[in-house]
Amino acid sequence: MRKVLVGVKRVVDYAVRVRVSADKSGVELANTKMSMNPFCEIAVEEAIRLKEKGAAEEVVAVSIGPKQAQETLRSALAMGCDRAIHVQTDIRSDQGLNPLAIAQLLEKVVEKESPDLVIVGKQSIDGDHATTAPMLAELLGWSQATFAARLDVAADGASAEVERETDAGTEVVKLPLPAVISADLRLNTPRYPKLPNIMKAKKKPLEALEAADLGVDLAPTLVVTGVAPPPDRAAGVTVESVDDLVDKLKNEAAVI
Amino acid sequence: AASSPLGRRSTTPDVLARHGKDESYHPSVPPDVVAFPKSTADVSAVARLCHDRRVPLVPFGVGTSLEGHIQHPYGGVSLDLGSLDQMVSEFPDDMDCRAQAGMTRSAVNAALRHTGLEFTVDPGADATVGGMAACGASGTTAVRYGTMRDAVLGLTVVLADGSVIETGGRARKSSAGYDLTKLFVGSEGTLGIITEVALRLHPQPTAVAAATARFDDLDDAVAAVHAILLHGIPVARCELLDAPTLAAFNAYNKNDPAFRPQEVTPSLFLEFHGLSDAVLKEEADLALEACVDAGGRDVAWASDEAERHKLWAARHSTYYASCALKRDGKAIVTDACVPISKLAEVVRDTAADVEKMDVVGPIFGHAGDGNFHCILVYNDDDPPEYLERLHDVSARLIDRTLAAGGTCTGEHGVGSGKKKYVLRERGAAGVAAMAAVKHALDPQGIMNPGKVFDAPS
Repeated sequence: MRKVLVGVKRVVDYAVRVRVSADKSGVELANTKMSMNPFCEIAVEEAIRLKEKGAAEEVVAVSIGPKQAQETLRSALAMGCDRAIHVQTDIRSDQGLNPLAIAQLLEKVVEKESPDLVIVGKQSIDGDHATTAPMLAELLGWSQATFAARLDVAADGASAEVERETDAGTEVVKLPLPAVISADLRLNTPRYPKLPNIMKAKKKPLEALEAADLGVDLAPTLVVTGVAPPPDRAAGVTVESVDDLVDKLKNEAAVI
Repeated sequence: AASSPLGRRSTTPDVLARHGKDESYHPSVPPDVVAFPKSTADVSAVARLCHDRRVPLVPFGVGTSLEGHIQHPYGGVSLDLGSLDQMVSEFPDDMDCRAQAGMTRSAVNAALRHTGLEFTVDPGADATVGGMAACGASGTTAVRYGTMRDAVLGLTVVLADGSVIETGGRARKSSAGYDLTKLFVGSEGTLGIITEVALRLHPQPTAVAAATARFDDLDDAVAAVHAILLHGIPVARCELLDAPTLAAFNAYNKNDPAFRPQEVTPSLFLEFHGLSDAVLKEEADLALEACVDAGGRDVAWASDEAERHKLWAARHSTYYASCALKRDGKAIVTDACVPISKLAEVVRDTAADVEKMDVVGPIFGHAGDGNFHCILVYNDDDPPEYLERLHDVSARLIDRTLAAGGTCTGEHGVGSGKKKYVLRERGAAGVAAMAAVKHALDPQGIMNPGKVFDAPS
């Protein structure tokens, strides 16, 4: 393959204790640590491994988001991507920018770059939609394999075999390239860059485009009307007898 | 639930028991109540309350201490800092960060994963940085990167009366006033409660390689360590394991189908860090030459990251493997640290004593620091004569260590278990000076009472 395109998303870091904004319109993002979405890290790692195996010549990372998405792209470059593309928009990528718009923007990038393979994370940990990969494949008219736990690209670069996670176990599918793959947890364990690679990444090419200029309707079709934290856990109650326990399980918890 | 000035709390017996027991052989001595503060302000409020009511107060991280540090001989409040588990700030350009005290070291490094930096102190257990600071933690990387005393740049500390101070700062060096950071690091919760820790970070090494070398004689292995250091090789990890340790380790893992038994002979586990593979190769070649000159053989390289992690996980499991030599085994964990030039004789005499007294006592440790652990194993079925012999071996080890100019505890700290040795090691005047500091900062004696030393009456 000549080129692999990897989508990466800047999201609230997985370890952060998320807070809801005072007006309950969304999650509080100000002064909140943001990082590359964990499934996107896995996608980047898989693309780099393809290049190291000699199965791909170039890996290009793309991210849609505000100016700070460039930091996420620099992390992808430090991990080993060759080039990066930043599609700039200030629309909130966790709720304002819908997966369909994201898929349509990625379609434009694919038209520009003509990759042989697109790898993205299976879902982002903010929206948890898991729809960008399937929609992108449909828009492009390409094959897709989502929830990839293993990816093997044929020596001639014309097809790939993917083991997919399913609710009942796994299934193995074979698909022609170009295709869209979404990365699941077991696909690999990402490497993290050392300082020399982080320094080198600062010099790698990063191209910025404006989302508004790409001819995609960015208006949301899904609108978040409110966000609320889960209710506080009620204190436990000590029961005095087994009869008491059974009564509570039946009449209060309604589980028997 | 009725709200209390303590905030969220528990008096459930299992919760209390858990908060009075660490990873050592010391039994659980539980608190009267466990409080779960969410912030430095909460900690300050609890401290103020305990100060006003003269109630003992012991901070709790994850309970991996090794000398009964968290026992509550006078009851009181256990302050579980587990909710203070967030990173406060990261400064990759300055190679430092600030974490809340309840954040574990693995969580700190996970947060730093894209910075190319790491917090290097590795005591084996996944302890909290607050607990590590309070106990002056060390571990396998100290030989190159130092201990918590070198890693902590500053602290937020809640004092015995509830007041909050910040020590240290982000400047890499300062001569502005007394170094309170160094006072609180290693104070084992007896001078104040640490709620935030500023940490010095190091670049994750670009090139890493680990190796094992085998020896026919424990003496030869120690000589090899000394030679490596005297060559000026900046070895990153330098661990010694004796034959009984490797036998215990093989037995511990025998049901794992993927496990390959280690040769049961004195061994060195080494790790090298370098800026490039070329630099690494030079250092490693020199070190292995030193090993072979000292009688080493069968050098094997752990080439990839997964293999290296397995090696160090194995090294950390030696404590559990040793305890597993007896059913429901417990152990007195010795922690002798001597000048390197004395290490060979102290280890040799200890091993000889263990064998002569016919007790279970595998020996392993951070030979690069002159520090080793003899794990003296027993269980509740052992006859009193065995326990007496075990305690005698331990006592002679301490005597031997102090006579060699060493310390009775290189890294695990005093807690309650090693209190009796502090007077011998520090002398009456030394202990009196420590008592003066303790009295100044905790006049009522409520901060982790019964630990580190007994104030002269």
